[in-house]
Amino acid sequence: MNELKASPAAVFAHRHLLGIEGLQAEEITALLDLAEEAVEVSRQVEKKKAVLRGRTQINLFFESSTRTQSSFELAGKRLGADVMNMSVASSSVKKGETLIDTAITLNAMNPDILVVRHHAAGAVHLLAQKVGCSVINAGDGAHEHPTQALLDALTIRRHKGPIHDLTVAICGDILHSRVARSNIMLLNALGARVRCIGPSTLLPKGLDRLGVEIFTDMRAGLTDADIVMMLRLQRERMDGSFVPSVREYFHFFGLDAEKLSFAKPGALVMHPGPMNRGVEIDSAIADGPQSLIREQVEMGVAVRMAVLEALAQNLPNG
Amino acid sequence: MNPDRLKNNERPLVLTNARVIDPSRKLDARGTVIIADGVIVAAGPEADSAAFPEGAEIVDCRGAAVMPGLIDMRVFIGEPGGEHRETFASAGQSAAAGGVTTVIMMPDTDPVIDDVALVDFIARRTRDTALVNVMPMAAITKGLKGREMTEFGLLREAGAVGFTDGRHSITNALVLRRALTYARDFGALIMHHPADPDLTGSGVMNEGETATRLGLSGIPKEAEIIMLERDIRLAALTRGRYHAAQISCAESLDIIRRAKKAGLAVSCGVSATHLALNELDIGPYRTFFRLSPPLRSEDDRQAMIEGIADGSIDVIVSSHDPQDVDTKRHPFAEAADGAVGLETLLAASLRLVNNGDVDLLTVARALSTRPAELLGLPGGKLTAGAPADIILVDPAMPWICDGERLRSRSKNTPFEGARFEGRVLRTVVAGRTVYAYASD
Repeated sequence: MNELKASPAAVFAHRHLLGIEGLQAEEITALLDLAEEAVEVSRQVEKKKAVLRGRTQINLFFESSTRTQSSFELAGKRLGADVMNMSVASSSVKKGETLIDTAITLNAMNPDILVVRHHAAGAVHLLAQKVGCSVINAGDGAHEHPTQALLDALTIRRHKGPIHDLTVAICGDILHSRVARSNIMLLNALGARVRCIGPSTLLPKGLDRLGVEIFTDMRAGLTDADIVMMLRLQRERMDGSFVPSVREYFHFFGLDAEKLSFAKPGALVMHPGPMNRGVEIDSAIADGPQSLIREQVEMGVAVRMAVLEALAQNLPNG
Repeated sequence: MNPDRLKNNERPLVLTNARVIDPSRKLDARGTVIIADGVIVAAGPEADSAAFPEGAEIVDCRGAAVMPGLIDMRVFIGEPGGEHRETFASAGQSAAAGGVTTVIMMPDTDPVIDDVALVDFIARRTRDTALVNVMPMAAITKGLKGREMTEFGLLREAGAVGFTDGRHSITNALVLRRALTYARDFGALIMHHPADPDLTGSGVMNEGETATRLGLSGIPKEAEIIMLERDIRLAALTRGRYHAAQISCAESLDIIRRAKKAGLAVSCGVSATHLALNELDIGPYRTFFRLSPPLRSEDDRQAMIEGIADGSIDVIVSSHDPQDVDTKRHPFAEAADGAVGLETLLAASLRLVNNGDVDLLTVARALSTRPAELLGLPGGKLTAGAPADIILVDPAMPWICDGERLRSRSKNTPFEGARFEGRVLRTVVAGRTVYAYASD
């Protein structure tokens, strides 16, 4: 059993993890340190800890996501929790039940931790106000996806050391991306230089006020970058509504070897998945030596274990 | 307006030692207000020496203000069709407590007020159940669909005080052109909500940094500006009487100023909520702050206050829009627009006075005299013969808004816990006291 060096509760005194916004740099660093230990645990034959033994974790997904849901499930199980998955994907919603009704119903089952994904920004905040347990935001609309940003940071830190002063370029559909927002908050909190690259139709108004440099030319934006973070672009947004065509998008904003050559030698490539190969990223890059995409998935489990563990310290009777 | 009330058996009422506010005469002076038979007999310093009617109730106001009752030009009522949200009775109680003596109701009901029979129904229902005057505006287009004009002439004869498609914007410029042209023959006011639905898109709050931080899709100001500019061109083309129901940003104010300078019959309103709050008040996705038009930036709010101060903005409205948990207890992007406001209209407007931005006479004018002028109503003034729709107000009395105690059937107020200065002490409609603070 790996015991902690310092109690995470001492540095992370929150009941919920609803977003990166508002977290202090020390809190983020404490979570990342805790996640490093979880990586070790996950690489052992015996992958279990007992910090959540007897606790109930419900994964409540209003929007389907195989990747995030299984990552949270595995993380909870490795910490000894009883994990239940609920895909509410519009079943009770269609019957006219409101989000609040769902929350009240679930609350009556006395869970300790609720992991929630919802298609509307702010839905997880609303739910957190109505339940008695800890809530983790697993993605709410175009607002935040805090564990994704944490796992990205962990991945970067393991390869590049301290995040301070690194140049990170986030490319693609910033407008609809919760991953981009959480990453902007987190990377800024840790002192990175953050750039956003994309066509103007996919850059939200007021983005410049979030402490990022904005580029609409990918080569200029990638110049001297240490990290290139690609975002998924949904195909229905490339039918003339935001971007004229897949072909045109890939030509200007798809990551290929030529564009990547503008970044620093040894720059690393990331993607939160699922990828559209040939749309935002060339297959050769996604599978190439500079890609961290597979490692991100491994770090995802570790970071979620760290978050669950940190919140568990603050649970009643914890 | 309301024959039954004019025949009431109320005792005459004399308000002495009052600060008499009559914007129609630019009067703000110590004096007396004498009411008998549902009308004002005399008001002002000159009434101090007048003979009091026999058997009158005499009230020493101790310097509190007597003003014309408020005329609220934009009120959504649930009834008919949405009685669980608001009825004429609950809206009337809410209005009386807020000092609103005339409610102009929007036609967005079920069924829509686009037919003479509906106007008749509302006149009868409100006479029986509402404490204050309720007057409908009828729809500009049948079913609020933005296509065919309603019977302006017949509707007006039945008692519709103006025409509007309520929350809906008329996207077809030809339809609005014909409406403005035809309404001119009846001297009727066309009130429009300028918000381009295509530019609004899936937007739910003001576009900009705050929306981007919250991950909510934004509504650009241009959705309002472009449509308002179009509307003004149509008003110039037709010489019809055009009123923008609510404006929300500085650029719209410039458009209105230019139109007025050009001599067009153009006017506009702003909601008291937009005078008091800005987009930052949404905070952590509070759906009671989701409005249409959306709350804008602080600069826009300041511009709206300037517009009231210099008279470019004609009227202040509550935009009272009762919504219940079924429509508001949702994630922000999925909730309905709207906030209740009848009971906070005066108090929120008085913030401008208490902050020293505007004097009481100017605010009173935007809340009573000017709406009466625009709609051709006899109220909104304290002159002999005018209906005795008046309020007694202590403009400095502090109070805290408690949403649960609001008289409206819906409690969706953005002013929960807000500190206000200025409270209605008594509301009188056609000489009859319909609200008194002591009974609170």
